[in-house]
Amino acid sequence: MSTSEDSPTLLRMVGISKSFPGVKALESVDFTVIEGEIHAFLGENGAGKSTLLKILSGAQPPDTGTIEFEGKPVVFNSPQDAQRSGIVTIYQEFTLAPDMTIAENVFVGREPGSRFFVNHARMEDETRTLCKRIGLDRDPGTRVRDLAVAEQQMVEIARALSMKSRLIVMDEPTSALSRSEVEKLYLIVRALKAEGISTIFVTHRLEEVFEICDSYTVLRDGRHVGAGFVKDITIEGIIRMMVGRDVGLLAQRQSTTSRGEVALEVRQLFRRRKAADASAIELHGVSFAVHKGEILGIAGLVGAGRTESARAIFGADQIDSGTVLVDGKVVNIRNPSDAIRCGIGLVPEDRKQQALFLGLAIRTNLSMAAHDRICNWGSFISARKEQSLVEEYRKALNIRMASGDQLVGNLSGGNQQKVVLARWLALRPRVLIVDEPTRGIDVGAKVEVHNLLIEMAKAGIAIIAISSELPEILALSDRIVTMREGRVTGEVQGRGATQEHLMTLMTLSTRKAA
Amino acid sequence: MTNTSLKTTSGENSFDAFGFIARFAPLIFLLVLMAAFAILEPRFLSSINLFNVMRQVSITGLLAIGMTFVILTAGIDLSVGSLLAFAGLVAAAVAKGGLQDRFTVGDDAVGYGWQLAALAAIAVGLAGGYLQGIAITRLKVPPFVVTLGGMSVFRGAALLFAAGGPISGFDKAFTWWGQGKIGPVPVPVIIFLFAALIAHIVLRYMRFGRRVYAVGGNPEAARLSGLNVNAIICSVYVIMGFFAGLGAFVLAARLNSAEAVAGTGYELTVIASVVIGGTSLFGGVGSIFGTVIGTILIGVLLNGLVLMNVSSYVQQIIIGVIIVLAVAFDTFAKSRRRKA
Repeated sequence: MSTSEDSPTLLRMVGISKSFPGVKALESVDFTVIEGEIHAFLGENGAGKSTLLKILSGAQPPDTGTIEFEGKPVVFNSPQDAQRSGIVTIYQEFTLAPDMTIAENVFVGREPGSRFFVNHARMEDETRTLCKRIGLDRDPGTRVRDLAVAEQQMVEIARALSMKSRLIVMDEPTSALSRSEVEKLYLIVRALKAEGISTIFVTHRLEEVFEICDSYTVLRDGRHVGAGFVKDITIEGIIRMMVGRDVGLLAQRQSTTSRGEVALEVRQLFRRRKAADASAIELHGVSFAVHKGEILGIAGLVGAGRTESARAIFGADQIDSGTVLVDGKVVNIRNPSDAIRCGIGLVPEDRKQQALFLGLAIRTNLSMAAHDRICNWGSFISARKEQSLVEEYRKALNIRMASGDQLVGNLSGGNQQKVVLARWLALRPRVLIVDEPTRGIDVGAKVEVHNLLIEMAKAGIAIIAISSELPEILALSDRIVTMREGRVTGEVQGRGATQEHLMTLMTLSTRKAA
Repeated sequence: MTNTSLKTTSGENSFDAFGFIARFAPLIFLLVLMAAFAILEPRFLSSINLFNVMRQVSITGLLAIGMTFVILTAGIDLSVGSLLAFAGLVAAAVAKGGLQDRFTVGDDAVGYGWQLAALAAIAVGLAGGYLQGIAITRLKVPPFVVTLGGMSVFRGAALLFAAGGPISGFDKAFTWWGQGKIGPVPVPVIIFLFAALIAHIVLRYMRFGRRVYAVGGNPEAARLSGLNVNAIICSVYVIMGFFAGLGAFVLAARLNSAEAVAGTGYELTVIASVVIGGTSLFGGVGSIFGTVIGTILIGVLLNGLVLMNVSSYVQQIIIGVIIVLAVAFDTFAKSRRRKA
């Protein structure tokens, strides 16, 4: 069965808007899926895909807009509502209970049997039928923990089928799979299509759109920017839709006049996620260098190895092999305090979880890594020295706050980020790694943070800037390294680089199918 | 008039008022409680009774100071009572020069003097705390489990060491630390308040204190700020051990005796003192000042109930209910803060 323009519409979302405090995540987005199709749902990180999928799955209500499913208007107040209507979402992080069996996972919450007792025989029988349907050759009594990742995904699919779903949403289903497993997933999805079940396929590997999908929808900055049939579009066309945004606000950086010698170099970093799981390689021979006074941008999609590289350099995660050189000398960094001793700072990706002590005062947060600068007799914190340290950086970074005794949790995102930057500047670092330096902060503060980073580079600090936003990478970087699947896939000069070129390096496979 | 009162009940001002009450809630509660007992039972306010209350709480107060460090890192130590018993017996044995003359009385006792006895008690406490700290940080066993184990291990060690019986009868220099007075003030009270002052200075004004709050507030951020999180966690259990040892010495001096069942149930009173004093079991929030108030509050409550002839069984029930209410209040205050 092949889909065409005249197949009936299965899902029609119209005018969906959703705002979070300070951010408009979705603005009047339309989204249509027809019966028995495989629909690619595309967009950069932060384009609004997850928000739309959460609304579709009933996890969040939209602010405005309507949803029609199988021709009837529907309102989902909970994921259970959506599931009852026949929409099941399979998240990237599976929701299986590892110590329960396949059958128990498939029927969790809907166990067949009487009010108090579970009919295990029936549950296992039905699970066996479902497994056969999708080609999972495992006994229903197997514990999920003993399954490979691809098999666990099949259990998720079996669960979706057991709910008689008409529409299965798969959020980056291929990101954890090997090539042969991806092929197997394609077979399943095509078989479902033959049964008239539609699939929404979220992926960052654009070549997959052309391998498996019938139609596509692209979001950018919370807006619908394009939809149609895959046969009518090229990969370049999709990339243009994904990145073609207004770059006006972020001024392109004046290229630095001269760059100093190499401040930090990494050679052949390897890291596995878990020692036991050889397939989950986070870093696959990552090498690059950053010079004094230079901003090196690292571009890549989430999970490409950008954050993982930063954490490995900083000693937050252990590497399996590889060399880090600071000022040309090999250093052995086993933990963050080693890295700090080498003059490396890290502004981590998640400000609230990884950087700030939200319940403590601004001054405590700011001085946390620089106690040597504010202590008398080695151990006693001098209120006066701390006060002047806070004052120094309040002025330098233009942190808007009432006093240093204020709780850092009560500052705006932009000012919080400045406090984190100040914490590292107070250490006078040689290398500063900033991971998503402007995530979740407003446009004005964003420009300020950019200018601060540029100032720091001018002062001779080597800066590694990681960002999911290509305009930000382009605005800041002297040089850009792109990553994909734990490997460096390219290096370009910041001046003259285009988003399209970067996106191509970030998304297209450089190696052939294994 | 109406206008201004409206203003203060809306927006930031009302939050501040709530924050003020939340911050000083233990102190306010203590004052209310004292006023109530003073009205119901005039004997309560006599200076003899008040010093008596303070002397009674000084041992658990010492333990509560150590426990504050532990709870600030979001940890817990259930082994304090057992460790105290063990350390007390070791101190007693040292003071008596062995286990032979365990019932010789007063100045007839021959041994190594109170100085070595105190050192021995503190050494046992430090060692016990260090072992537990290592188990928590190296073996990655949760503090609750490690110290639950420690509770049994140290109690067993105490019983084994003393073969079940008490060791009593120390010289005057020894018992002065528990029974003596400087002016009208009992010595244990002075030790307690002095220790509280030192601990307050460490937590407020020293970099180590900052790091304790940081580790409790956000361990991942602490690690990424270059702090040695494991060393800090381990050290709070060592500090707890120090106070268990010191408390053991003072208790043995006060009772002129040490026994293996000493300190049974102390973990409840001590944890209650810290929590009632406003230190959050989730870590990162709390103070020694609060702990001192919490300690006195429990002492006043028990003393007042005794004066009013309430049975000790009912007292236990009341303490238990108050712990739960204190944590409920803490959780409520936290959600208020988050909303504001």
